[in-house]
Amino acid sequence: MADAPTGLAEQYDDMLQQREASTLGMWTFLATEVLFFGGLFLSYTIYRHAYSDAFAEAGRHVKIVYGTINTALLLTSSLTMSLAIHAAQSGRQRALLGFLAATMFLGCCFLGVKGLEYKSDIDEHLVPGAQFQHGLPAQAQIFWFLYWVTTGVHSLHLLVGIGALGVIAWMARKGKFSAAYHNPVVMSGLYWHFVDVIWVWLYALFYLVNRH
Amino acid sequence: MKTTMPQTVTPEIPNPPQRLLSYFEDGGQTLGSWLLTTDHKRIGILYLYSILVFFVIAAIAAAMMRMELLTPAGDMVTSQTYNKLFTMHGTLMVWFFLIPSIPSVLGNFLVPLMLGARDLAFPKLNLLSWYLFNLGGLLALYAVAFGGVDTGWTFYEPYSSAFSNSHVVTMIAGVFVAGFSSILTGLNFIVSIHKLRAPGLTWFKLPLFLWSTYATSIILVLATPVLAMTLVLVATEKIWGLGIFDPKLGGDPVLFQHLFWFYSHPAVYVMILPGMGVISELITCFSRKPIFGYHFVAFSSVAIALIGFFVWGHHMFVSSQSVYAGLVFSLLSYLVAVPSAIKVFNWTMTLYRGRIHFDTPMLYALAFIGLFMVGGLTGLFLAALGFDVHVHGTYFVVAHFHYIMVGGMVTAFLGGLHYWWPKITGRLYPENLGRLAALIIFIGFNVTFLPQFVVGYLGMPRRYHAYAPEFQIFNVMSSAGASILGIGYLLPLIYLIWSLKNGKKAPPNPWKATGLEWQTPSPPPKQNFAQTPIVTQKPYQYSPEIEEELIHG
Repeated sequence: MADAPTGLAEQYDDMLQQREASTLGMWTFLATEVLFFGGLFLSYTIYRHAYSDAFAEAGRHVKIVYGTINTALLLTSSLTMSLAIHAAQSGRQRALLGFLAATMFLGCCFLGVKGLEYKSDIDEHLVPGAQFQHGLPAQAQIFWFLYWVTTGVHSLHLLVGIGALGVIAWMARKGKFSAAYHNPVVMSGLYWHFVDVIWVWLYALFYLVNRH
Repeated sequence: MKTTMPQTVTPEIPNPPQRLLSYFEDGGQTLGSWLLTTDHKRIGILYLYSILVFFVIAAIAAAMMRMELLTPAGDMVTSQTYNKLFTMHGTLMVWFFLIPSIPSVLGNFLVPLMLGARDLAFPKLNLLSWYLFNLGGLLALYAVAFGGVDTGWTFYEPYSSAFSNSHVVTMIAGVFVAGFSSILTGLNFIVSIHKLRAPGLTWFKLPLFLWSTYATSIILVLATPVLAMTLVLVATEKIWGLGIFDPKLGGDPVLFQHLFWFYSHPAVYVMILPGMGVISELITCFSRKPIFGYHFVAFSSVAIALIGFFVWGHHMFVSSQSVYAGLVFSLLSYLVAVPSAIKVFNWTMTLYRGRIHFDTPMLYALAFIGLFMVGGLTGLFLAALGFDVHVHGTYFVVAHFHYIMVGGMVTAFLGGLHYWWPKITGRLYPENLGRLAALIIFIGFNVTFLPQFVVGYLGMPRRYHAYAPEFQIFNVMSSAGASILGIGYLLPLIYLIWSLKNGKKAPPNPWKATGLEWQTPSPPPKQNFAQTPIVTQKPYQYSPEIEEELIHG
């Protein structure tokens, strides 16, 4: 297939088929991700129901300022991601690169803030184990265990997202994308928004518990 | 050697090309051409090599257990070694042989061919999934070789995290990584079946193997991530020394069981649905009749996959689960038997008034129906709350699930491997040896596992290396049967390898079967088809009357 359009893999007949296949593939992958986090959300729900007082008590020690800044950062990054996709669709290469860079930058800021937050959590002995802060009920350790695992897994996803956008930006620099072919940008955008949505849930579950 | 009813119409090719190179020849035979291939056919063969290694290792563990159980005293291995043997047997057989067996080997090879496609939707992802599978397998083998794991394949909490001193974390890491290989394979199949069907190949013209592969893929994609997260929690808990299943903090070990079986019960259907798909292909081909009730067989696969998500609690009847939950799970478990029974009835009706040929694949298919029925009906016993309390944790359960997984899935895998062997390798296997092996396996299997129903009903618990002397006769029978079964499995290994060089060259369609995979040379070219096929007919257009005339007329 010497005269095939750029970006068309040999197993597809045309660009439309390829685009539909990758879109379905990405949504299927996101479905697995929902169930991946689902185990954590289920555990959270059951324990919060069983030990609501301990969870409320534990929730008072979460740093809401960091959490709120991070929510703002990540929601803004979803905006720049959407703008990147829009730029790709209209074939504006420089704008595409700029918005991708902005998205990655905001993602890195999120991780930086998260790191500061983790440090202050450690300083306040909020890591489950022998060193866990005295005065909190035993079940508060379950809350904090879930906090560390869930936000840790989420941060890992964000790291993967930043890496993926790095590859996309590198491809964009080499001029791989055009108004006719830009599906990888759209796909990585889907993933990025998913990571963002997961964070919104985490924000509500861990930071807003018992704040009313 | 004319097919009775061509399923496809190949458009006229303006300049007929020369013979296309087969996928063996195209690209050469260098190590790199195999390890870096994105051809679904080669990846299927890579999987075959991998799962064979795990099968042999896990079978050796089973052989050692059967040797230990020859005498009532625990005289060959210590109880701790015995724990490690059954854990090794269970984990390797479940995650590194049964789950990838039909989907990853036959599925990888056949899905694009049956779709009339050039490859799967994501060939690179497909290769990645093979590497992930082997990475997971190496971690599991490391855990086995350097100390072993003693938790059983279920990693029950809090034993696995708080008390076991064995290589639980390494084994969990292995299963976790291999799980992602399952997810990627399932994702690839779902997208391929949705988007890569040849022109004219509508959903209800799909071979039933694809329907069952599709149903299996749904389970792989939706259940495996839950296991992955559960294993992350167990590993975190073990490394840090406490966590969310820890009763000291108010954690609930039964929550672990819920999460584990939410994956592992659907995974049981991953270990039987693809086998059912293979059997549907074999029964119709060797009865020379269209499948009876195509739509029912197709939708029963989907029904099994969906209902299978809601029956996990029947593994937990004797845990602290609420009796009302137990009642509902019992009812739902009965319900999932309905689509399975539909399949058995439809296969039987397909046989009725067919022209039945007893070739090797058909022997396996008939064995499957019988063994699956025994396994399935004893499953109903176990779904009954009262009876389950009596036999929970006994050999009755062991016999039940071996009838499904070995009697069902392994039998179907061997049947499918023989059926498509000419297509995969371009060679015919020796038919008489094939029939002999199928017979030996059937006898060996029943001698091994039938006594276990009895001994389990009488109360012999599983997972012990010593037992009461009155159970010895049944255990001796079981061990004797296992030796016969071992010979039965060795035979195909030998003659299939022999056939690679010495077997007769296979024509494109040695069984005169319908289906797109038979419309292309054996072995197929790298691109699968010289020209994208156009499908105009329903599957399984076999006609016993016309063939009667062709042969005798």
